[in-house]
Amino acid sequence: MNGSLSRFNIVSLVLGFAFLYLPILLLVIYSFNESQLVTVWSGFSTKWYSELFSNQGLLDAAWVTFRVALISATFATVLGTLAAITLTRHLRFRGRVLFTGMVFAPLVMPEVITGLSLLLLFVAVGLDRGFLTVTLAHITFSMCFVAVVVQSRLLTFDRSLEEAAMDLGATPVSTFFQVTLPVILPAVISGWMLAFTLSLDDLVIASFTSGPGATTLPMKIYSQVRLGVTPEINAVCTILIAFVTTGVIAASLLNKQREVQRARDEQAARRDDV
Amino acid sequence: MRRVVSAITSRLVIAVPYAWLLFFFLVPFVIVFKISLSDLAIAMPPYTPAVDGIRDLFARLGEFDLENYHLLMCDLLGYVGIGADLCRGGFSIDFFERPYLSVAYISSLKIAAVSTIFTLLVGYPIAYGMARAPQSLRPTLLMLVILPFWTSFLIRVYAWIGILKPEGLLNQLLTNIGLINEPLVIMNTNTAVYIGIVYSYLPFMVLPLYSALEKLDHSLIEAAQDLGCRPLSAFWKVTFPLSLPGVVAGCLLVFIPAVGEFVIPDLLGGSRTLMIGKTLWSEFFNNRDWPLSSAVAIILLLILVVPIVLFQRAQARAQA
Amino acid sequence: MKSLGSIRRSFAPWDDPAATPYIRFENVTKRFGDFVAVNDLSLDIYEREFFALLGASGCGKTTLLRMLAGFEEPSAGRILLDGQDLSGIPPYRRPVNMMFQSYALFPHMSVEANIGFGLKQDGMPRAEIAARVAEMLKLVKLEQFAKRKPHQLSGGQRQRVALARSLAKRPKVLLLDEPLGALDKKLREETQFELVDLQQELGLTFIVVTHDQEEAMTMADRIAILDKGEVMQVATPAEVYEAPASRFVAEFVGSVNIFDGTVRENGAEGMRIDCGEGRVIEAENSGSADIGDQVAFAIRPEKLQVSSQKPDNARANALEGEIYDIAYLGDMTIYHVKISDGLVIKSAMLNSSRLVDDPLTWEDRAWVSFAPDAGVVLTG
Repeated sequence: MNGSLSRFNIVSLVLGFAFLYLPILLLVIYSFNESQLVTVWSGFSTKWYSELFSNQGLLDAAWVTFRVALISATFATVLGTLAAITLTRHLRFRGRVLFTGMVFAPLVMPEVITGLSLLLLFVAVGLDRGFLTVTLAHITFSMCFVAVVVQSRLLTFDRSLEEAAMDLGATPVSTFFQVTLPVILPAVISGWMLAFTLSLDDLVIASFTSGPGATTLPMKIYSQVRLGVTPEINAVCTILIAFVTTGVIAASLLNKQREVQRARDEQAARRDDV
Repeated sequence: MRRVVSAITSRLVIAVPYAWLLFFFLVPFVIVFKISLSDLAIAMPPYTPAVDGIRDLFARLGEFDLENYHLLMCDLLGYVGIGADLCRGGFSIDFFERPYLSVAYISSLKIAAVSTIFTLLVGYPIAYGMARAPQSLRPTLLMLVILPFWTSFLIRVYAWIGILKPEGLLNQLLTNIGLINEPLVIMNTNTAVYIGIVYSYLPFMVLPLYSALEKLDHSLIEAAQDLGCRPLSAFWKVTFPLSLPGVVAGCLLVFIPAVGEFVIPDLLGGSRTLMIGKTLWSEFFNNRDWPLSSAVAIILLLILVVPIVLFQRAQARAQA
Repeated sequence: MKSLGSIRRSFAPWDDPAATPYIRFENVTKRFGDFVAVNDLSLDIYEREFFALLGASGCGKTTLLRMLAGFEEPSAGRILLDGQDLSGIPPYRRPVNMMFQSYALFPHMSVEANIGFGLKQDGMPRAEIAARVAEMLKLVKLEQFAKRKPHQLSGGQRQRVALARSLAKRPKVLLLDEPLGALDKKLREETQFELVDLQQELGLTFIVVTHDQEEAMTMADRIAILDKGEVMQVATPAEVYEAPASRFVAEFVGSVNIFDGTVRENGAEGMRIDCGEGRVIEAENSGSADIGDQVAFAIRPEKLQVSSQKPDNARANALEGEIYDIAYLGDMTIYHVKISDGLVIKSAMLNSSRLVDDPLTWEDRAWVSFAPDAGVVLTG
């Protein structure tokens, strides 16, 4: 659809994006508030940030979260990519319907159910809840998101590239590493980033599957938020937002730059035939 | 030899994620199902899993006990006012004991449905504006919609507490411009939950709507106007019907997770806001009733099966 | 094209009973579920031949090529290459290489890495790979593009990289799947001749799949015309055009007029075909039809003459009708002459002199005439 923006369009876009961004913006602004009272502005200060760095509990939680996210995103990316390959390439095998269901179900499954069921599993097999169980839980639900991201890339993947590699003497395994993986790599990386932030943000599943000594940052934030809004929490949230936003924007700018360069190259090349 | 290797590799590609999901996704559900059928008395408090107790629990899981479901079913039936007598006869537990369960289910569905409608009303003009925007601006707008999706859900919900609470920013603003004298009570009400859901799930609504509207050929609307349609009637007769697949996908994407939502009702809703995700959480963490929370989870899943199947159908149709 | 024809006239191993075919399809069938893509097909292709598989989409030509490359296994029958049964041999171990319709150039590799890919798989030493890649780049005249990525190339250049890559391993047989399909018309015509020259120079066996009959006729020594997974005719381009084996081939290759009728006489002096409404066509005897058989007389538009007067030649067939349509194309003029309600004949007349004033115009009465040996009698 193409057309010109009417006044109505402009107003709805401005209001819509204001609605999406104002709350976050206010949160960020009030993290620099001098006052202990979060909602009364009494001057600019970064004292809450410096206070953060002396809060050992918070720092520990952040470190746990970071490690969980790093490990779980990496495993989830491997498993999710394998699952995506299975979904797009192995169209007939016993139990395919079940497999497809298991990949897609966690995407819409209420988190309370996923969390509860994984906890009961860990109890049943006698696994003590802690770092390991949160990581396993995060791998499980984020691999499905990775699978969906990579699958959508594989669906548009030109199969003749793989056939060409095999035609030229590459075995299937070597074809995967020399051709398929490099071509789908951007999707695999976005899958990893998604898995990483999902793990970073998760409260519900972590609450069910984590144990003493493995409190994650969202769990820490949640327990403090229940007691009320504090400028300190605003500061933590601001750092988290800045971290994720920088990553996402940098990735998309990089992507965009590559696309622009590519389009320019293609246009230049087209002239050669004339 | 090489062929054997490649056959084994391709088996492994299937087997590894398959085994993982079987063990970490399907098996847990079977356990939830079994525990949901077990008795309240043997429920174990969390955080102190006594080995004997757990063993005992799993040993006794074989004895099927539909009591938890009976409780829930009677609740539900009692709520709609039918079959109450049927339930009462012959069972030891009175269904009036826990009416809040059925109330929580009904109220979850209601809150999710109302918020979905509001999300659609807010999201449609945004998606429409994005689709009408110049080609060069669209990637940026799209990025702006997706970006909040990457930021923590918890943080986004938390951000609203400071705005909505009685001494919060909204009330300050409204008081200062003289619109109100008394602070509005929004925090800890269903209204706050609606706002939280609309805000948190807005990207899920806008994205499918945008992708449906973006595909729309603008010349269709011009053709309708050329044939005598006024702009508003052209919208209702051409644009809206053609965007219906996006509307359906967006509504389901908001409705399904909203039904089982925990964080939003817990942080923004009050003690009178009943939602099933919150109930499950408190049954589990506060009352330590594992069998009942498992039964609640199973019923919640059963309620969501229909919209999930609808959603998958809609997706399949969109891809075909 | 004429000169190429004369060079290659001596090359006709298919007429030599002592020659052994290089590639044999033996009763090959390929099913995809209920769909039969290739049906009990047998075909022989000789060494150094430029062979074309021609047919509409879905006729099984690409499936045939993919079975030879090893991407599909036949459901029944077998394929032999140089006497060796290819069954069960995976694509990466077959001595054939393929040039893909989409070119399938690896987007993340430079032109030279693309061309050297196959050599690297064979474990060839680096220096040798570099030498061979340089040789290939020279062959396709892309020396200065070695470091570019595929997206930095034009369509024509990509096509040549794909060709160089598939030739780099010096395969026994090169398979080309619609090799020129993505090029525009002018470039396509030039490249057709380049491909033929290259094939002659390298002395390889080329098998090309195409839906473009002009392309097949320009390049190939022999053409197999496929329909619904079966071979309709295998012959040289001239034979396919002048002596189609069936009504399908006649209609598929070029334009044709068909007269249906019943054989009335079949003797030494020729055949008489009764086409109804009192029209009788005299045709050269083509053998197998008996009196009373239903046959079709097929004749190409350029072999018919249109005139305002009935021609004097008593031997020639002449039918009277009315000019229904005229299309002036510059080099020739196409007339559509309506003989009766159900019968409109196309005739292509070469404009050998400058046309100042066409004597024939719309709704004129006109005669369409042709010699008995100008067309063929089809029994199938």
